[in-house]
Amino acid sequence: MNSNNNPLLEVRGLVTEFSLEHGVIAANADVHIRVRAGETLGIVGESGSGKSVLCRAILRLIPSPPGLISAGEVLFDGTDLLALSEAEMRRVRGTRIKMVFQNPMTSLNPVRRIGDQITEGLSVHYGMGKAEARAEGVELLRRVGIPSPETRVREYPHQWSGGMLQRAVIAMAMAGEPQLLLADEPTTALDVTIQDQILALLLELQERTHMAMLLVSHDLAVVAETCDQVAVMYAGRIMESASTKALFEAPMHPYTVGLMNSIPDMAGTAARLVPIPGQPPDLLHLAPGCPFAPRCVHASPDCAETPIALSEIAPGHHTACLHPERISAGAS
Amino acid sequence: MQFLAYILSRLVQMVPVLFLVVLIAFLAMELVPGDPIMLMLGGRANETMLAALHAEFGLDRPAVTRFFSFIVNALQGDLGTSIIQRQPVSVIVGERIEKTVFVIVYGAVLAVLVALPLAVIAAMKHDRPVDHAIRIGGMVGMSMPPFWLALLLILLFGLGLGWFPIGGYGEGFFGHLWHLFLPGLTIALFLSPILVASLRAAMLDVMGEDYIEVARSKGLSPRRIMFKHVLRNALIPAITVLSINIGWLLSGAVIVEYVFSIPGMGSLLVRSVGSRDYPVIQGLTVVFALFVMLTNLAADLSYMLVDRRVLRK
Repeated sequence: MNSNNNPLLEVRGLVTEFSLEHGVIAANADVHIRVRAGETLGIVGESGSGKSVLCRAILRLIPSPPGLISAGEVLFDGTDLLALSEAEMRRVRGTRIKMVFQNPMTSLNPVRRIGDQITEGLSVHYGMGKAEARAEGVELLRRVGIPSPETRVREYPHQWSGGMLQRAVIAMAMAGEPQLLLADEPTTALDVTIQDQILALLLELQERTHMAMLLVSHDLAVVAETCDQVAVMYAGRIMESASTKALFEAPMHPYTVGLMNSIPDMAGTAARLVPIPGQPPDLLHLAPGCPFAPRCVHASPDCAETPIALSEIAPGHHTACLHPERISAGAS
Repeated sequence: MQFLAYILSRLVQMVPVLFLVVLIAFLAMELVPGDPIMLMLGGRANETMLAALHAEFGLDRPAVTRFFSFIVNALQGDLGTSIIQRQPVSVIVGERIEKTVFVIVYGAVLAVLVALPLAVIAAMKHDRPVDHAIRIGGMVGMSMPPFWLALLLILLFGLGLGWFPIGGYGEGFFGHLWHLFLPGLTIALFLSPILVASLRAAMLDVMGEDYIEVARSKGLSPRRIMFKHVLRNALIPAITVLSINIGWLLSGAVIVEYVFSIPGMGSLLVRSVGSRDYPVIQGLTVVFALFVMLTNLAADLSYMLVDRRVLRK
């Protein structure tokens, strides 16, 4: 269906606004991303950069009011999801695009059996009967590595640990084999030892089903390990996007460089830790130009005034920086 | 097994509470100034009659002895003898329990039937005109005193339209339903706004939970999310409110039974207080307490059915 060059998901010029007490903020401002089938796109950025909003906007889960998707297109397999009716969108959510959430401890309904919750979508969207759904629930739990799923399928969320619950949430997302999985910080709430297991599980499932994956994380190391492509978000915008290799070898945006310098390098010396100066952006009071300009070491006076857009500076490598040449100069 | 242990532990917890209630009911009678026998006899009292009646009612024995014999008798279903009616209290109260319980349960069931759909609509149309209309209507219902509401209902449905009888208990289950509709409705109109408010608030809370967003991300319809995910989680606070109010309704039943001339415990209480029939008041206190405790037990059992986490403790 999809030739290798046609993205399964293409978000174009997406703007998601929220009306707050003191004004309107754009949590996503002109976002562009593409994901191909079988590929993983990592979205990195600090808290409040609009990563989670982007996932919810793709699934149209933004509560309205106060939220509103005011511009852009979300093309999924050639269809603009933003143009679908709510009923058609529910069908997409139930069958083709699934989401895994950040906190497994609160992702499941405490008063219903885990198995019923995992297969609920199957009975609603695939008309599966009770016995069939239960068998499928056992199979899904087995696939995500839950021991003795035949008995555990009847248990309640409070009887499970966080890591197991995230496996259950992933099983729930895998029900019906979606083409696209949105994973919103799927390991952030888990113990470090469990994190790797969950990531490995996601990659294994992806390999088996050839689904596309959007992996949201604030953790560059996670993204570097798992993703084919990376998009860096800041203040609701994509600042840079490239293949993982290109991005980590030759970052072309000062914010990306800042992010990389601000994480401890296990192999290198501890002395190299450099935090990004300044405060996270105030979305209510943004200059017309680059939102990162106030914190940028390379900024010139025109940065804050000139509206910026992503431009391709190498094949497949996009940056939203006016002066990318200054970074390479600084790096060499 | 877990269920049985839970129920058993709740029943065991009831024993000391019931003991305290009986003790307080007994002391209340003990501490009341004046002598019930004197009251009963009025001006005709003389020493011989007083002594004879004291002996008849066991009032010549020390209080401690009487308390324990009261408990021993109460355990055997004997709550003493009415001073006025000269009949066992258990018989007098017993034939009225059913009527009061029927009115209260009827009212509570009607209240739930009214409140549940209204609360669901209010929560789903949160902050829209329907929601506001339901809240204002509820405020009107709640701010009308039950006796006034009862009179209005009698005037409108009883005397005006002639749809329902305005008094009595009726014959058979359906006769009761028919005769007690207006009293039940009086209770329901008062109770349902409280239920709507607590259910609506609980549902809105639940609708903000993560697992509701997860449910939406599975492509479930708002209606399915409401009935399969929101409602059950919102029931626990509503059950609490309902059980507290059912206990409280016992005193409300006094008014309702009086207005609709239902021969229940409420009207008996009014009469017994008027004639200082202490053994009857004492018996009613114990029965009321037992009723409240059973209501709470029922609420505890419903929590368990709604949410298995209750069993973990």
